[in-house]
Amino acid sequence: MKKSSLMKKLTAAPYLVWAAIFIIVPLIFVLIYSVTDADGSFTLQYISDIGKYKDVMLNSIWLGFIATVISLVIAYPLAYIMARTTANVQRTMMILVMLPMWMNLLIRTYSMMILMQDTGIINSVLTYFNLPNLHMINTQGAVVLGMVYNYIPYMILPLYSIMSKMDMNLIEAAGDLGANKIVTFKDIILPLTLPGIASGFTMVFVPSVSTFYISKKLGGNTFSLIGDVIEMQFKSANNYNLGAALSLVLMVLIIICMMVMNRFTGDDDDGGVLI
Amino acid sequence: MKKLFFLMVMTVLLMLTAFGASAYENEEFYKGSEGTTINVFNWGEYISDTYEDGMLDVNSEFEKVTGIKVNYVTYESNEDMYPKIKNGGASYDIIIPSDYMIERMIAENMLKKIDVNALPNYRYIAEEYKNMYFDPNNEYSVPYNVGMVGLIYNTKMVEERPTSWNALWDERYAGKILMIDNPRDAFAVAQKILGYSLNSTDEKELSDVAQLLVEQKPLLQGYVMDEIFNKMESGEAAMVPYYVGDFVLMQQVNPDLDFVYPKEGVNIFVDSICIPKCAQNYDAALKYINFLLDPEIAMSNAFYIGYATPNTGVLEHPDYAEMKENKYLYPAEDEMPDVEYFHNLPQETLLMFSDLWNEIRIYGTDNTHIYVGFGVVAAIAIGFGVKKAVTKKRREYWYEFPES
Repeated sequence: MKKSSLMKKLTAAPYLVWAAIFIIVPLIFVLIYSVTDADGSFTLQYISDIGKYKDVMLNSIWLGFIATVISLVIAYPLAYIMARTTANVQRTMMILVMLPMWMNLLIRTYSMMILMQDTGIINSVLTYFNLPNLHMINTQGAVVLGMVYNYIPYMILPLYSIMSKMDMNLIEAAGDLGANKIVTFKDIILPLTLPGIASGFTMVFVPSVSTFYISKKLGGNTFSLIGDVIEMQFKSANNYNLGAALSLVLMVLIIICMMVMNRFTGDDDDGGVLI
Repeated sequence: MKKLFFLMVMTVLLMLTAFGASAYENEEFYKGSEGTTINVFNWGEYISDTYEDGMLDVNSEFEKVTGIKVNYVTYESNEDMYPKIKNGGASYDIIIPSDYMIERMIAENMLKKIDVNALPNYRYIAEEYKNMYFDPNNEYSVPYNVGMVGLIYNTKMVEERPTSWNALWDERYAGKILMIDNPRDAFAVAQKILGYSLNSTDEKELSDVAQLLVEQKPLLQGYVMDEIFNKMESGEAAMVPYYVGDFVLMQQVNPDLDFVYPKEGVNIFVDSICIPKCAQNYDAALKYINFLLDPEIAMSNAFYIGYATPNTGVLEHPDYAEMKENKYLYPAEDEMPDVEYFHNLPQETLLMFSDLWNEIRIYGTDNTHIYVGFGVVAAIAIGFGVKKAVTKKRREYWYEFPES
């Protein structure tokens, strides 16, 4: 018994060390920076300054939320169809989903900017066919589109993996017992896939809320997301303390959002999904 | 026969290396650091890195001549570079900041001294760029480029040639105006319109300036730096305040672009090569500086970067004569705009700058729809929760009294 628990400890050690060095210690640094000033003495000034950034923060959370919901609406049926097809088709579709991720996020986003600008490829094609041009770049819509485009694979994958493991007999049984399609979906499929929805939601929502590159390139920087403001503090304003305070508050807000989210997925006694 | 061929090839190779070697002055100065590495931290698009059109790839040439490996990294602005040096963590042997940043770094004891007399090619630096205000005794910096900020505009999109910075506030061009994404340069435009000094530390003046920039925000397409090339060359944007050297390059791609020095006055800057305190290969850094001053190399850079050069070896070179005619790079005495250098500002003014810049950047997020949106989401969530609780209660009741 004792031996196996030692074994357990040993096998967990690499990750624990990793987590300590790259997760816990940086978090402590964030905490320390956010409650000190440039000279290193204690202050709550930066935390209390956060009020100024309330609108930016809300806007980021809102856009991230919209992007997540859109991803969910697109990904859910797709994942369902994927899980239902033959193994060969599944493999091909999987590759198609993963393909864009072989490219760097920065390059993908930059090319979206070139596609969507007023003199970009889409508008050149429209002009060629004498169609009216669309103004897409530098709008909030473009930023949301960028988030959906970049993060949708993270929604598809957990949904797909949970749906391909779903027991088909349950759906058949529901049908036998007289449930129509809507009831089957509402009472069988949806509850069974809730854990997938929750983890997909987290994996799209969190990076969307804290993104900075996407809003910079597709939003033209005329409206900032919280990620942009934080990036600016570290990159050029050289105000690490404010940056850390903003990151801390953002982290807390995201955790609150995830906890609210878990209330809806967790209490169906499948056990909650880890944040 | 084979031997003869081999000999011929060898001779040709030898001749090539001989020619290659004779291309640079004071070759012996570059010996002695073979096998080491030098870390260079420079602006983006600020060195010649191609062999096209008779230019030289400066870093590969340097590696060839000295045997020192160049590790080349770029930044977008002085403000981006400064924290990386200040906070340590990275060791660079060469940086190329602008005047005011050099002044600040000297004041904060961040630069190593350079003995310019030990650099054989220092004699090419024009007298007017020696003893600059930020480095009066030429102890810390060697001038690399000189430039001014002006207004780049697209003649196809802007009706009449602008003469004033106010053009950037012209509502006719709403959505087509770009602003430089760098607090100091963006403030400078508004400061000149209001007739303030670029080095003002007055709180009232700075907040006026910020107010003017906030008013401009609805007209803007965006705050950008290096993407300016893409946006101006493709005709995506009509106007932007930017550095003259980059205009020269953009105009080569899009001849519709033109340039003007607005009448209110402009910022002039000198970017100089420095060695930061964190440098670990000082000898190689000196060799690198000297190499950048070599007329052959400096000319490649002058063509590639497009800025005015302080290097007399280039200015007097016949191949450069055409470039020297450029009236924006080298304005005639009577066409010279009012110019002002940036100076280093006191810490509290810098803080004020970054606060105001933050405020400008986050200004104008209209949040009513967001509150409504969150309200709807919350209402749905609560409704959902209530319904669930009711169902649960009903079920419990049913379990307890199954007959009812």
